[in-house]
Amino acid sequence: MVVETLSENELDRLFQALADSTRRDIVRRVTLGGYSVSGLAALYAMSFAAVQKHVAVLERASLVTKEKHGREQIVRGNHEGLQEARRLLDGYEQIWRQRADRMADILAEG
Amino acid sequence: MTVISTEKNPEALSLTLVAEFDAGVERVWQLFEDPRQLERWWGPPTYPATFYKHDFVPGGKASYFMTGPEGDRAHGWWEFTGIDAPRRLEFDDGFADSDGNPTGEFGVSHATVTLEALGDRTRMTMLSIFESEEQLQQMMQMGMEEGLKEAVGQIDGILAEHANA
Repeated sequence: MVVETLSENELDRLFQALADSTRRDIVRRVTLGGYSVSGLAALYAMSFAAVQKHVAVLERASLVTKEKHGREQIVRGNHEGLQEARRLLDGYEQIWRQRADRMADILAEG
Repeated sequence: MTVISTEKNPEALSLTLVAEFDAGVERVWQLFEDPRQLERWWGPPTYPATFYKHDFVPGGKASYFMTGPEGDRAHGWWEFTGIDAPRRLEFDDGFADSDGNPTGEFGVSHATVTLEALGDRTRMTMLSIFESEEQLQQMMQMGMEEGLKEAVGQIDGILAEHANA
């Protein structure tokens, strides 16, 4: 299968980033407004370091950005134009390409 | 090559996919009409779909769940908003709770499938429109396992090549 728009590595990073429910929750929250890392850490039953790690995974997948604000780091959804929607549609396209392949396999059985 | 073209519109959150199959229109239609055939291709092998309700009539509803590798289940529902056998199928697709009731969460996606005869082959045009990015994210989570499995398959292939070298 040829991935036309995102590299395999980028897709892997994106899928892995969204595979975790805490990370999806973080993305949902910071899409609506900025959060400090400690503000996010207060929301989950896990250590500051664990939340920081989740944020780093999201940042590598370009889903969030981090910005220094005094002593705090503010996490925001990455709204660079429609980049996120594009990325999501790329992933959804892969799902349908795989579905079409499976349909062809069933039809080939006769 | 099964998939002929795709078109994505990030502003409308829509995907159009055109595929061609070596089978007649009636045969391809069965892949949607027959729930036992539908569940063989809707979910990836590692996240298979089970359609336990499939009322394939205009206004009818379908209920399904997808079973993850840990036994976790993601529930969804369809409503068939238009059926013109064997040419055109329209349905809404949304998330459901474990009883199959729509949660209303993340919105609804709208799919339109059109089948055209090309001699004894079939061209399928699938248009899917989402209401929210969150819904797309949830969809991708279910498709993810397939990507991982493919990656593992590729590694196996590379290892096998090296073993034979």
